[in-house]
Amino acid sequence: MKATVTRSVLTVCATLAIALLPFGSGPDAQGKGTIKIATQSPLSGGQAALGEGIKLGTQLAVEKYKGPLEKMGFKVDVVPFDDQAKPDVGVANARNMIADKDIVAVIGHLNSGVAIPSSDVYKEVSLAMISPANTNPTVTDRNYPNVNRVCGRDDVQGVVGSEFAAGQKTKSVYIVHDKTTYGQGVAEFFRDDAKKKGIEVLGFEGTEEKSNFDPILTPIRAKNPALVYFGGIYDQGAPFFKQAREKGLKSKFMGPDGMDSSDLTKIAGKAVVGMYYTSAAGPASALPKAKGFVEEYKKKFGKNPEPYAAEAYDAAAIALKALEAAAKGGKAPSREAVAAEIRKVKYSGITGDIEFDGKGDRKKANYFVLEVASDNPEKWGDNKIVKQLTIAAPAAKK
Amino acid sequence: MDLQLLVAIFPQVLLDGIILGFMYALIALGYTMVYGVLEFINFAHSEIFIFGAFVGVELLLGLKTAGLLEAWPWPLLLLGVLLAGMMASGALAVTIERVAYRPLRGAPRLIPLISAIGMSFFLQDVIRLFESLWRNAFNLVYPSMDPLNHRFELTETIDISMKSVVVIVAALLMLWALHVIVNRTKIGTAIRAVAEDQAAASLMGINVNRIISLTFLIGGAMGGAAGVLFGVQYSLINPYTGFIPGLKAFTAAVLGGIGNIPGAMLGGIVLGLLEAFAASYMSLLTGGAFGAEYKDIFAFSVLILILIFRPKGLLGEVVRERA
Repeated sequence: MKATVTRSVLTVCATLAIALLPFGSGPDAQGKGTIKIATQSPLSGGQAALGEGIKLGTQLAVEKYKGPLEKMGFKVDVVPFDDQAKPDVGVANARNMIADKDIVAVIGHLNSGVAIPSSDVYKEVSLAMISPANTNPTVTDRNYPNVNRVCGRDDVQGVVGSEFAAGQKTKSVYIVHDKTTYGQGVAEFFRDDAKKKGIEVLGFEGTEEKSNFDPILTPIRAKNPALVYFGGIYDQGAPFFKQAREKGLKSKFMGPDGMDSSDLTKIAGKAVVGMYYTSAAGPASALPKAKGFVEEYKKKFGKNPEPYAAEAYDAAAIALKALEAAAKGGKAPSREAVAAEIRKVKYSGITGDIEFDGKGDRKKANYFVLEVASDNPEKWGDNKIVKQLTIAAPAAKK
Repeated sequence: MDLQLLVAIFPQVLLDGIILGFMYALIALGYTMVYGVLEFINFAHSEIFIFGAFVGVELLLGLKTAGLLEAWPWPLLLLGVLLAGMMASGALAVTIERVAYRPLRGAPRLIPLISAIGMSFFLQDVIRLFESLWRNAFNLVYPSMDPLNHRFELTETIDISMKSVVVIVAALLMLWALHVIVNRTKIGTAIRAVAEDQAAASLMGINVNRIISLTFLIGGAMGGAAGVLFGVQYSLINPYTGFIPGLKAFTAAVLGGIGNIPGAMLGGIVLGLLEAFAASYMSLLTGGAFGAEYKDIFAFSVLILILIFRPKGLLGEVVRERA
């Protein structure tokens, strides 16, 4: 696997180069120094659509809320890092971040499998991370003082999915996952709860395949399940569902929030119309307070916000609030102080009221079940919410 | 174990495997022909393959924007796209040979190999750069043509889609054409002569450089055709998609006996079948203990076994005699 190693080295160099470039704007302050908020998400590769949303959401929030800090005399910058959805790249970027003393908060990642090892690095120096999208329970179950998330958790999300399936009187399900921490994790939570609710699990299969799903689909079609669940992300789920329909599968489709991207319909087209997906982050269009955000985002970047852009926006706003509190005396805030302040923030954001519990979970998170409404990627925002719940985060395990 | 189910899906799995196998076979030809003539592995072939797929998708998307996708009959469209993909990939292969391999012809054998690996990375990222600038996209989707998705029901549980038929027919035709070119024409005789002994061939009045270019052209064209067929069959491609099928096709070439053209075809089909059977049957047979994710491990374990007992591949390695 020389290929991956060489590529990662190149990327690290490239990201370094980007990190060293002066980013952002704003008046050059009276020399109190620069405060940098880093983002880390896949900006290249198959999941770049979602990763880019996280970066842009953060930028928008920082531009809007950096005023008070600038008044104190700080320059506020956003430094985007590209983790390529790969754990090794994420960790390498994290090493670079902790070496840059100006970086005091991280908004990221998209993939739990990348966030978990990277946050181990952040923890070494108490660098605060606020995740807009990482739903795997382990992210916060480690009780790190510096790790928080504004989205929900997979152990709840999986159950929300299976509960909905049971409510639809689904008799049988075939589960496929992508073998990542996130995909397999949420698929297992779905499976365990589906079994409890009396849904027959006809198969549970992992695959890293990205193009040819024929051999996996043949046994699925023979077993003819009422529902097919794919635990993973749209760049793999979309061709899977597309080929499933082309192969004549008539089952209902379902997936977790990894399916929540307009690229799903861009790739799979008609095949996924009517498909259900759960989400721990509602569509921005359904959030009453996010209307202004959607308009601003569209105006500035010329496209609709992808899922998690709104969460990244809130996460960045919280980081700025914490920074203000930590910088009260006019001194540059320390990383420990920022991490501690984040846990104290009570914030009413565009995704609702946000407050973190002792392990960094959002105290009350929103969960949604959505139905894909159209095969037109432009209309991704029109997807119907078929169920909406607000559920408190499970208590920390002893 | 559900024996009935195992039996019921057998023909479908066989079919899946054959389709995949033909794809591998077409790609494997590029590796094996180059090896036959130059005795080195052209690792950039996986990108030559995916380049064909990208030319195909760009052409189809262009036609779609122009509104011609529905207007023109699909067999004609497909043939045109296939030819364009073949020409583009063939031309790319010839260029790569001219730029990256020919200047290193006299160098130790590892040198062009490194050059090939470098070429492979270079091409991946050039394609990525181009698509990011041109379409701002990483994944590209082959526009679906409805007649191609039509399914022929053979029995209640087995059916085959029009595009799979197209893949099989196109692959068979091309393999047959290659067979005729290599074995029945003067050019083919020249290729075989160069493969056997370059010096002697050039003494017989054969322009060795031209024949080597021609070998790259034919191998590249086969790869390009495979790329278009891959796109039509599996619909989603990205700049790095070529890597894994390329690696598997290379394995298929070794399995069949590298340098041996019928061997590459046989190797491709054997590997395709192994993979399909492993992916479909693993979890059924082991009660879920080993899932489809172990398909490559299974396929490659069988491969190692075959190579232990037949180190020169199924049909034997073909390389020039050294005096």
